[in-house]
Amino acid sequence: MNVQNPAQDFDELDSVCVRFAGDSGDGMQLTGTQFSVVTALEGSDLSTFPDFPAEIRAPVGTTFGVSAFQINFGSVEVSTAGDEPDVLVAMNPAALKVSLPGLRKGGLIIVDEGAFNKRNLDKAGYFDNPLENDSLSDYQIQKLDITKLTLESVKDFGLGNKDAVRSKNMWTLGLVLWMFDRPRKPITDWLEEKFKKIPDVAKANIAALNAGHAYGETVEASSNLQRYHVGKHKEEPGEYRTVNGNQALAWGLLAGSKLGEIPLMLGSYPITPASSLLHALSSFKEFGVITFQAEDEIAAICSAIGASFAGSLGITSSSGPGIALKTEAIGLAISTELPVVIIDIQRAGPSTGMPTKTEQSDLYQAVCGRNGDAPVVVLATSNPQDCFDVGIEAVRLATKYMTPVMVLSDGYIANASEPWKLPDINKLEKFQVNFCTNPEGFHPFKRDPLTLARAWAKPGTPGMLHRIGGIEKSYDTGHISYDPANHQKMTDIRAEKIANIANDIAEQSVSLGNEGSKLAVVGWGSTRGAIHQAVKRARGEGIDVSHVHIGNIWPLPRNLETLLKSFDKVIIAEMNNGQMNHLLRAEYLLDAYSLTKVTGQPFKISEILECIRVQAGERS
Amino acid sequence: MNEQTDVKKLTFKDFETDQEVRWCPGCGDYAILKAVQMTLANIGATPENTVFVSGIGCSSRFPYYVETYGFHTIHGRAPAVATGVKLANPDLDVWLVTGDGDGLSIGGNHMLHVLRRNVNMQIMLFNNEIYGLTKGQYSPTSKLGTRSPSTPFGSVDLPLSPCAFALGAGARFVARGIDTGLKELPLILARAKDHVGASFVEIFQNCIVFNDKTFEGFTLKKEAANTQIYAEHGKPLIYGKDRNKGLIFNRDKFALETAVIGENGVTEKDILVHDETNKILAQMLVELKSPEFPVVCGVIYCVQEESYDQAVHKQIEHAKKNGNDDFNALIRKGRTWTVE
Repeated sequence: MNVQNPAQDFDELDSVCVRFAGDSGDGMQLTGTQFSVVTALEGSDLSTFPDFPAEIRAPVGTTFGVSAFQINFGSVEVSTAGDEPDVLVAMNPAALKVSLPGLRKGGLIIVDEGAFNKRNLDKAGYFDNPLENDSLSDYQIQKLDITKLTLESVKDFGLGNKDAVRSKNMWTLGLVLWMFDRPRKPITDWLEEKFKKIPDVAKANIAALNAGHAYGETVEASSNLQRYHVGKHKEEPGEYRTVNGNQALAWGLLAGSKLGEIPLMLGSYPITPASSLLHALSSFKEFGVITFQAEDEIAAICSAIGASFAGSLGITSSSGPGIALKTEAIGLAISTELPVVIIDIQRAGPSTGMPTKTEQSDLYQAVCGRNGDAPVVVLATSNPQDCFDVGIEAVRLATKYMTPVMVLSDGYIANASEPWKLPDINKLEKFQVNFCTNPEGFHPFKRDPLTLARAWAKPGTPGMLHRIGGIEKSYDTGHISYDPANHQKMTDIRAEKIANIANDIAEQSVSLGNEGSKLAVVGWGSTRGAIHQAVKRARGEGIDVSHVHIGNIWPLPRNLETLLKSFDKVIIAEMNNGQMNHLLRAEYLLDAYSLTKVTGQPFKISEILECIRVQAGERS
Repeated sequence: MNEQTDVKKLTFKDFETDQEVRWCPGCGDYAILKAVQMTLANIGATPENTVFVSGIGCSSRFPYYVETYGFHTIHGRAPAVATGVKLANPDLDVWLVTGDGDGLSIGGNHMLHVLRRNVNMQIMLFNNEIYGLTKGQYSPTSKLGTRSPSTPFGSVDLPLSPCAFALGAGARFVARGIDTGLKELPLILARAKDHVGASFVEIFQNCIVFNDKTFEGFTLKKEAANTQIYAEHGKPLIYGKDRNKGLIFNRDKFALETAVIGENGVTEKDILVHDETNKILAQMLVELKSPEFPVVCGVIYCVQEESYDQAVHKQIEHAKKNGNDDFNALIRKGRTWTVE
């Protein structure tokens, strides 16, 4: 839409989805993150999706080196990073090629035409320059020589050509800030702080940012550039920040340690996309958190188990392949009934799979993946803010029931950001972690009659000397036992202890809609936002559909069977080949429709909505 | 038990548990158990502050028989578990029990790193050059050509030397003892305990069932004087029934040699004096093999450096002193906004 004076005129939008795409070295993640912060500060609801390659510095200009950052923001509730971007910023031909298939027809593409040279076009596999033929006729195109415009804007700072070109992400950000009427000050403050020691670089970046913004102010009326206004989202009053899943989970675990007054020891080994959890917990030294970067995944969990034996809470964090390596040690923690929190930030598998792409395919591994009859508690996080609550719950359940607790998150939640209303730790419920200090009748497998948890006596306590191990123990004395009836009894009690936890967790609620509706979409984990929006839209279309989102994977909530059987039909939507569907069928003989997706990309709202329509009989 | 027990000096019997020991009759582990219980009594160990951690294998049953805290873990992983114990509570005195299969095959990586990091604990590696608990397969320390159920035509891969491995991994304390050496072993283990950091002690242990007499060449008591050297810091490396043999350094060959004092012009002054802080010497001593050479026991290498657990806790104490442990402030760091 072209108007006389674009700088004065705004189109009002409820929500908009913008995708920044460029080369790995173009700084797209930084651009997107900074745009998200400013958007959040302005009070819009938002959800982001960083989509980057596993290669650290992939060859320049290639499609597999494209790094993208998508943000969906609005004055309405936003719960996914958006199905189809409305605006695509493409810094080179490869970025255009990779991102174009997802773009909304009629959407705006801003391209750096300076990067559309023969070399880059060849690398992206374009025979013809798409900017010069009609292949983009379905979209609005804004061609800008961003590289040249950036170089002009920073020429006074005496930077080399390479450093000067690096500022082009800030030029682009300046333009996008203008488009969406967002202030520059938070960015300039951040640049000044970040480049405190190299003020010329700070000044050049700020100049580029301002130049991009000024370009918008002075743009020709015939341009496709248009200003939009996205208002504030009505949030509950309070203090907010943006947070991604791994950061929130780290804070949740720390909060759990505070609320239960139990020291934390994290043993971890770097792995994508879990490493940022190790980084975060490594920075909590003033809280007494000990972190140990182990020599491998096995040592990581074993050190955590050792710490728990010694009276701390051991935690280990990894992703699918690393969890596989930890499997035997999880069995040791089950057998010795020691608390340990195991974080699995799932990624596309099997084997190395696609490390930076998201999936929910470790459900079987979490619930069933061990030798012997070896139940553990499994919790799933469904969005970044939920990670905080799940972190606390994992600490509470592990220490109360003397059991490993597996937390399933995934690469999407780990990296995606959204606004989070900051809690006050003083208002969160405390819980008591009990150590046994009374030698009267003590043995290490003496159980609490209610929780069935064994007595936790930590080394250093007089009168409580004991030895434990992975060999079967006598129920009555805790000593080694090969007695047949005893093994049956111990196997039963380990299963019963975990099953009983169903009485200590929240009953399953219906997050949208109501019990007994014709149709329900059941999900778990990071599909929450997409399912929520799809169900909301379907209900708007008059379809009688509800959304049930399972957070307690094992044990399952005690009312879940009744609830699921109250619906005429159930769709189970998940990013794997139907693992939750199998689990619920095995548990409840539930005959559900399995909607699955394993492309490494989150569900689109439209994909779930279409399935709802078909299953509701609205479409065949 | 009453409170008076605390002040009474404990004897080795106080470190025995009520559990029946289940090693094969005649196993070298019995003697080592006795030596360890004696050591604990001698050094005045506090049972509740002492933790024995083991992996899997015959040797790893050890913790069940010592009246302290104990953790019988999984195959090869004891160093990692023990590291967690020590990091969580550095006041605990941690002893690790492992074998040649557990510590150098399945757990070789963990052994490497616990030594490199210098986590404060005593590591006792019972070397019997065989897999006992799985019924006699060859191990990474078995001699070339070992016939076993899995190598019926003899093993074809070279064994490794545990002490050379430990030195290569950066161990700051390396010692050797013999299962039946009830006089020397408690002294060596007490030195291991004194040393702050990872103290590695290889103990030659006879497996009476699957690898009997494999060390007989140098462990037979009546021949021991001629086949072993007990290294002591600052003392010449002399051995032999008549105390007239010793180790000399051949500069031309850059190698150790044996010599007889009084023969070929060799005097006592030519005999090397043991310096336990000299790593090059330690590396040469651990490579001396029977029967060409006497086998060197005792404390072969010992230097004192900050341990890993000390360094980790130093950082934490520093952060606690200079930082703020206000959780609400932590999550409010950075950019926040308020909705009215």
